[in-house]
Amino acid sequence: MTYDWPTLLPLIFAALMGLSILIYVVLDGFDLGIGILFAVAGDHEKDMMINAIGPFWDANETWLVLAVGLLLVAFPAAHGIILTALYLPVFALLVGLILRGVAFDFRAKVPVHRKGRWNFLFFAGSLLAALSQGYMLGVYVLGLRAGLGAIAFGLLVAACLAAAYTAMGAAWLIYKSEGALQEKAVAWLRAALVLTTLGMVAVSLATPLASPRIFDKWFVLPEMAWLAPLPIVTGALFLYLWRLSFALPRPDDRHSLRPFLALAVIFALGFAGLAYSFYPYVVPDRLTIWQAASAPESLAVILAGTLVVLPVILFYTAYAYRVFGGKATDLSYD
Amino acid sequence: MDPLLLSRIQFGANISFHILFPTITIALGWVLLFFKLAWNRTGNDAWIHAYFTWVKVFALTFALGVVSGVTMSFQFGTNWPGYMETVGNIAGPLLAYEVLTAFFLEAVFLGIMLFGFRRVSNRMHTLATLLVAFGTTMSAFWILALNSWMQTPAGFEMRDGVAHATDWWAVVFNPSFPWRLVHMLIASGLTVAFLIAGLSALRHLWGDRSASLRKALATGIVLGAVLIPVQIFVGDQHGLNTLEHQPQKVAAMEANWETRPNVPLVLFAIPDEAARENRFEISIPDGASLILRHSADGVVPGLNDYVGDHPPVLPVFFAFRIMVGTGLLMLAVSWAGAWYLWRRRELPKPLLWLMVPMGLSGWVATLAGWYTTEIGRQPWLVTGVLRTVDAVGPVPGPQVAFTLAIYLALYAVLLVVYLGVLVHLARKAAKEGDPEPAPAAADRALSQPARATE
Repeated sequence: MTYDWPTLLPLIFAALMGLSILIYVVLDGFDLGIGILFAVAGDHEKDMMINAIGPFWDANETWLVLAVGLLLVAFPAAHGIILTALYLPVFALLVGLILRGVAFDFRAKVPVHRKGRWNFLFFAGSLLAALSQGYMLGVYVLGLRAGLGAIAFGLLVAACLAAAYTAMGAAWLIYKSEGALQEKAVAWLRAALVLTTLGMVAVSLATPLASPRIFDKWFVLPEMAWLAPLPIVTGALFLYLWRLSFALPRPDDRHSLRPFLALAVIFALGFAGLAYSFYPYVVPDRLTIWQAASAPESLAVILAGTLVVLPVILFYTAYAYRVFGGKATDLSYD
Repeated sequence: MDPLLLSRIQFGANISFHILFPTITIALGWVLLFFKLAWNRTGNDAWIHAYFTWVKVFALTFALGVVSGVTMSFQFGTNWPGYMETVGNIAGPLLAYEVLTAFFLEAVFLGIMLFGFRRVSNRMHTLATLLVAFGTTMSAFWILALNSWMQTPAGFEMRDGVAHATDWWAVVFNPSFPWRLVHMLIASGLTVAFLIAGLSALRHLWGDRSASLRKALATGIVLGAVLIPVQIFVGDQHGLNTLEHQPQKVAAMEANWETRPNVPLVLFAIPDEAARENRFEISIPDGASLILRHSADGVVPGLNDYVGDHPPVLPVFFAFRIMVGTGLLMLAVSWAGAWYLWRRRELPKPLLWLMVPMGLSGWVATLAGWYTTEIGRQPWLVTGVLRTVDAVGPVPGPQVAFTLAIYLALYAVLLVVYLGVLVHLARKAAKEGDPEPAPAAADRALSQPARATE
């Protein structure tokens, strides 16, 4: 491989896209998880849960727009293939995001007797969005294959991702709430962890079995030795989380952010594993990132802007999280 | 079931639904900044009450704009893969810059603007309001740069059927961009002016006489009265620009079939594309020549020069007339309102009643304007570069039909709910009026840390 711009630019953009998907999954993951947890929360708890994500969710969702935007602008050929192949699940995702997004706002502004209806739609939209993201991931892992097997695998990943998001939601609540709600959130985290673990194991086993190419990338020496830390650290983190869940919440509220951070690291590790499996393809087994990339001069124009703007975005995102740090309180416009 | 037609309807429905909300948020952001600055300067709490009333509308509208915008960004890929494959090198960077410079700015500072009043300093809260307004405007800047480029492409060359940028300055500042951007920004200002005036008039009719309501009502009326003549001038200039670069669109707007001098201004007609003539025509002699060429015997291009390559005449013709008609109505209503405010300090009831339905006149005019310009671009997706028919994807018709049906149902419901909530918020605000500060807390009724120290 030669390291000239036409080679490097697509690589850089693949990395940027991966990064924004990861940030999206972690950040909107907890928003969607909290939406799913609406199914088991009481009325007053729902308001507190919304307050825990209120100032953030909009910015969190923007990372998805950036990720799809980068796919669109950096790899236009792949964008068309992937999105037309996933037409219906993308549609389900969009309906989910629409319902979630409007319900979030409407539930607080409609007459009180209609609030329950929007609470339900907030739950349903979040669940639908989480499930369809998982389904798309499953079908994508299999190289966008059609057929019953792919559908079954897609459904499996859908359930796992929804469980993982639920765990994230619960973990975020442990950090942002106190009292009875916090105790409930710990119980929710434990239940979601069981499903998440089962799901992650199932996906890790099914992925190499379903795709011979991925199997060959993982199960050869010396790569296997290099890759071993990925599953081992992930497993250790799960164990740590499981044990931690029996120690929380502590009276002095210490360690309340730890479950969330541990889950974020687990997501990052799983994501690294996926990235390794797919590289160098952007459409599995069909288009490499170089075949799908835009013209180098267009990528250069975007990169220049990205390098200037991305640090600024990260800076003011961090600022917003700091402004609304600490326990969630009643949100109001005035 | 023709996937091309269905995809066109779907995208048309989506963009029509989407544009309703940015049209409001772009200008409403600046109006909120105005309310905030007025409060900062005068300390009159009526201004900040107006801010809090309308910030709720902003939040709701913004949420709808975001979700419908996300839908659109996906539809490029799901329904129109040929678009990005052909012009991705141009459209890509423009869209990327929108996300980078506008989306994040709006989304992050929206949180602070909505919920941060008591958490950050007053100065920071004002800055957040400014950044959100600036972000929505930047968003419009990039999207209109791309849209204008699709209308009047420049600064590129084709290599192997794919567009490559040769001059980014020429791409962004393409021939129709400046007028289109200004026209759209003023359209947003008018939409908000009439929305504020309309909802405030409703509250007034319900008996609300609070100080914040009077401020908002006056703001809406004055803004509308000032902007509408500017818009008429800008619209005229934009039309001349279109005549220069997309003559076939102007020919469709005027329903003019033959290229000739002394073209009449058609006030009403039913254009018949099969017979290539107008039925039931009512027109002013030499009118179109006078408007477009500023001379009675000016030559105006006709549709027959562009057979097979001009847009469908009927929708463009009517959309244009609806836009202009709505604009004239806006002129009459806002100037009457401004006159009464200035001379009588009070609006007569019939005018208030008229302002309520006019609250949505901005939507009507904006949609009609978009139909004029977007249908007017057909059969091209990118004028002279990519035909709409060549951009559509391989998704089978029944799937598109299925999603289209659900989108339409969803949009219809959301639109009704959105309007319902606006009215509900107005009714609630009318019932509660402006909160009287409790005597003991009078000096800090609305204050937050930074202001308390001033």
